[in-house]
Amino acid sequence: MNTVEIKKLTKNYGKARGITELDLVVKEGDIFGFIGPNGAGKSTTIRTLLGLIAPTSGDAKVLGHDIRTETTKILAETGYLPSEINFYSGMKVKDVLRYSADIRRKKCDEKAMKLVKRLDLDLNKKVDDLSLGNRKKVGIITALQHSPRLLILDEPTSGLDPLMQREFFEILKEENENGTTVFLSSHVLSEVQTHCKTAAFIRDGRVLMHDEVSKLEAAGTKKVYIKIAPSSEDGALDALNQLKGISDIEKGRNTLSFIYQGDASLLIGELARYKLMDVSITEPSLEDIFMRFYEGGEGK
Amino acid sequence: MTIFKNELKFSRTALLIWSLSIGLLIAACVFMYPSMKSEMDDVNKLFSSMGSFSAAFGMDKLNFGTLIGFYAVEGGSILGIGGAFFAAVTAINALMKEERNRTAEFLMTHPVSRARVITEKLLVVSTQITILNIIALILTIASVFLIGETMAWKELLLINLSFYLMQIEIAGICFGISAFITKAGAGIGIGLAAVMYMLNILSNISNDAKALKYITAFGYTDGSTIINKGGLEMQYLLVGMVFCVIGIVVAYIKYTKKDLRS
Repeated sequence: MNTVEIKKLTKNYGKARGITELDLVVKEGDIFGFIGPNGAGKSTTIRTLLGLIAPTSGDAKVLGHDIRTETTKILAETGYLPSEINFYSGMKVKDVLRYSADIRRKKCDEKAMKLVKRLDLDLNKKVDDLSLGNRKKVGIITALQHSPRLLILDEPTSGLDPLMQREFFEILKEENENGTTVFLSSHVLSEVQTHCKTAAFIRDGRVLMHDEVSKLEAAGTKKVYIKIAPSSEDGALDALNQLKGISDIEKGRNTLSFIYQGDASLLIGELARYKLMDVSITEPSLEDIFMRFYEGGEGK
Repeated sequence: MTIFKNELKFSRTALLIWSLSIGLLIAACVFMYPSMKSEMDDVNKLFSSMGSFSAAFGMDKLNFGTLIGFYAVEGGSILGIGGAFFAAVTAINALMKEERNRTAEFLMTHPVSRARVITEKLLVVSTQITILNIIALILTIASVFLIGETMAWKELLLINLSFYLMQIEIAGICFGISAFITKAGAGIGIGLAAVMYMLNILSNISNDAKALKYITAFGYTDGSTIINKGGLEMQYLLVGMVFCVIGIVVAYIKYTKKDLRS
């Protein structure tokens, strides 16, 4: 079953860019990473799914409910952590948690207390006095305390220290094991690479690539680094430039690095013609793939 | 009713300050009456000779020698202006503050429809206005009893009722405006209330400007007319209530479809 199903969803903001004919599917039980730079359309997509803004055209269903007509049903089964969270001035942490549970008409005390303990939060502190990280923790608990079927998290780790980030992802993993689908928007590639099962890249309001994280990492693509004898350098650069499947060539002092997608024997055959002092062929990280999309690679 | 209870709880201090300020100022005016009563013949003569200035505040048709005549101008002005400002500020902030304080994203990602949020906020505003008027009325009645004067109670209640309805009208209009804006709420609200007050003064001065009474919410709150006629001017009141309903309907139409700012 698909937890999120988006078909040609468009949101125009007049002159400002929103999202354009965006297609996306997130399956039930997934931990999905939504990757893109600031302004790519990540938050617009999320805010449209949650009914905060109305789509210009296209359709989307969340947990089987239409985003235009069944927003309340969607929100009843969804937990959301916005990138910048604000609470009502004058409230204490415990007031916020109680208020959120009361609006949902759910008793969440037991789970809330467990999360408060794990995230080391002071219930009696006023929300106005909380640091960004502690505000985020309150947001995490309000998103999780009612045990939603879908968790939508927009840049969840900003403001959290590394120890809390680790605890947070541990909690996410447990929630996912208990059946919660996780939709995680981020520009921190390493956390998507480490914690997500599938991921999609978004740029200029369009999804460029969507696959399992392991496939995105591999996809037959290699990152190649060679250290070359000075006498061979120019000839190698010219020859490699001619080789099909090579991109993102970076030239250093006696070094070349590039991304290669194609027949490995052709590459090895080509490299064997030169006097190499060192060579390494590795899987590209998500970061390499990301940079390729956003800095003049095939995404452009 | 969770939103209703929460909003009422967190606005109780402000409500109490507004209510006590208005109520105690009215009481202070009432306390001044006994010492001024003996000079009221001179005051009446003075006010009746001030031409359009007297007309502007309805003082040309009032008898300052009676407590109700004195209350209609002094106490009534405090409840009229103070109450109008309170109603305007409270109503115009009601929906707008969620976006201004960036709490809209928190509230609207809970399973509540926009229509329910609007309804509960509307109830909060009307409850706050009702509480303020009840506190002001209690303090007025208490102060009248304390000075031991006789009061035309029916007229007093009618004057207070007119101010209450005027505040509800202004609140309805400001509630509609609240759905459109994300900042500068209080300024717009107070400005609107002040303009309406000035329009009423203009309509009192000139017969040519009488039609303004249909526009301003103060049109049916003239103490002199209420005392002399023994009732509210229904033609102005009905138009005012239509404005109020339009404001509320507009709020529902706009806010249920509005793209909320993050």
